[in-house]
Amino acid sequence: MRNAFIDEMVQQASLNDRILLIVGDLGYSVVEPFADRFPDRFINAGVAEQNMMSLAAGMASEGYQVFVYSIANFPTFRCAEQIRNDVDYHRLPVTVVSVGGGLAYGNLGYSHHAIQDYGLMRLMPNMLIAAPGDPLEVRACLRYLISNPQPSYLRLGKAGESCFHSEVPDIEPGKWLSVHKGIRKGRTLLTTGAALALARQWAFSPDYTGYSVHSMPLWGMTAKHLQLEQIMAWDSIVTVEDHLADCGFGSWLRESLESAVNMLSRVSVLAIDRRVCGMVGDQKTLNSLGGLPICDL
Amino acid sequence: MISQHFAKNIRKYALEMVTRSRASHIASALSIADIVAVLYSYVLRIDATHPKMPDRDRFILSKGHSCVAVYAALAEKGFFPVSELKTYGQDNSILMNHISHKVPGVEFSTGSLGHGLPFGVGKALAAKKLKATWRVYVLLSDGEMDEGSNWEALMFAAHHRLDNLIAIIDYNKLQSMTTVEKTLGLEPLAEKLRAFGSSVHEVNGHDHEQLKQTLSSVPWDNGKPSVVIAHTVKGKGVNFMENRVEWHYRSPNSEQLAEALRELEERYA
Repeated sequence: MRNAFIDEMVQQASLNDRILLIVGDLGYSVVEPFADRFPDRFINAGVAEQNMMSLAAGMASEGYQVFVYSIANFPTFRCAEQIRNDVDYHRLPVTVVSVGGGLAYGNLGYSHHAIQDYGLMRLMPNMLIAAPGDPLEVRACLRYLISNPQPSYLRLGKAGESCFHSEVPDIEPGKWLSVHKGIRKGRTLLTTGAALALARQWAFSPDYTGYSVHSMPLWGMTAKHLQLEQIMAWDSIVTVEDHLADCGFGSWLRESLESAVNMLSRVSVLAIDRRVCGMVGDQKTLNSLGGLPICDL
Repeated sequence: MISQHFAKNIRKYALEMVTRSRASHIASALSIADIVAVLYSYVLRIDATHPKMPDRDRFILSKGHSCVAVYAALAEKGFFPVSELKTYGQDNSILMNHISHKVPGVEFSTGSLGHGLPFGVGKALAAKKLKATWRVYVLLSDGEMDEGSNWEALMFAAHHRLDNLIAIIDYNKLQSMTTVEKTLGLEPLAEKLRAFGSSVHEVNGHDHEQLKQTLSSVPWDNGKPSVVIAHTVKGKGVNFMENRVEWHYRSPNSEQLAEALRELEERYA
């Protein structure tokens, strides 16, 4: 997903001279295609995230569309107040890009486990969450964000993800994308972010045979009202995310039913269990330990 | 100097606003009244009839709690009617108790310290890239210099040669609980700032001539951000408020207001 991101950024930046990429001293062997081609639109702010995020907001206030890139929790938790007060409150066109969502950096330990980021970012009133599930959704998300500049959070996996669409899909905030049509009527897995790969596998496993699979790459506080209508079309929705259950994607979906609590029983949430906090292992191992297993097919 | 009269009005309006709305932070506003008066009289290239004029100088009040001083200045300059100042602190007023970007002439909302300078750095860097000639002025408090984000910003500004950035530190030597010296000593402040790559001038923050000369001659060193250490008195202009921590918080009652206004008339006749 990282490479799809940089490739799409290069394409878009060649058409739009206001696109800027700021990194927090990370991105070695990833960001070079952008940095080499557009050296005056690439800034390494060093290991100083609070300054990085405020200065991104400052540049956005002067007409730039800014992408701020770092890994795991560094562009989010480290500068949360700057995101809240400088970017989100002023509604500035800054996209916070985090590489390594979920447990992609599993063996680097807890500091690098991004399993609470949806919780933080979905609390920002003007923030659009963009969590693509495959490299094609990455491009779709970027194209949407560049056409609709706004405070946003782009949560990328790392590398090596398969593609689950045949072409770059059309996406809208709050709208579910059909990824796989299952033969069992009324049942679907609904996922966001890199957990799409897991959900796609599970649709072939005994527990979820025949389930459809949908992804929702764009969501957030202001897209909740679009959920009820889509939820009503299904008898059973199982949300899947590589994030803690608390304050995650499934929890957001359940909140969207506050005016129709009788529907809550249609939604069950599969997420990472807190027992994983502090464990070390690769992404597959930790996902399994946390309750999101790889299926042996 | 015409800025003297301006400063007196800033103090007057600030005292009235804070009394009427029973708000805090009067002493922090009084310490910057002269700096603000000089900026708006001689230094900032701005146009009250065109608040978002593209090549205006950008002024950011990072110590956003001192907003009454800047609101008073903006009203005096005609960015909005002086009568609007009466609404300060009221429900639904745009003049809220920390500086707000919803007010004409205000670039950025602050309230949490340590944001204004990095944000200003972003603007200054944008100016360089856009080859614009406008400058960015950021007014900070001394207590605010405890925030690491400011030092991140200074390192970045020096590294990227942002000589279109001017930081002014309101060094009134008091912070929230006691003196700066007893809380987290900043000295040697000028040396620290120079070590971080800035060009530094120290002035009497209540001497309009010094302030004007210093602020009008930026940048003092090409390729370096400029930092003015303005030595000030917290609560300056009102005897019973000067150098007293309690006046960071207290709002004057009507007798104290009357006394303060009398003093202003005498002192700044």
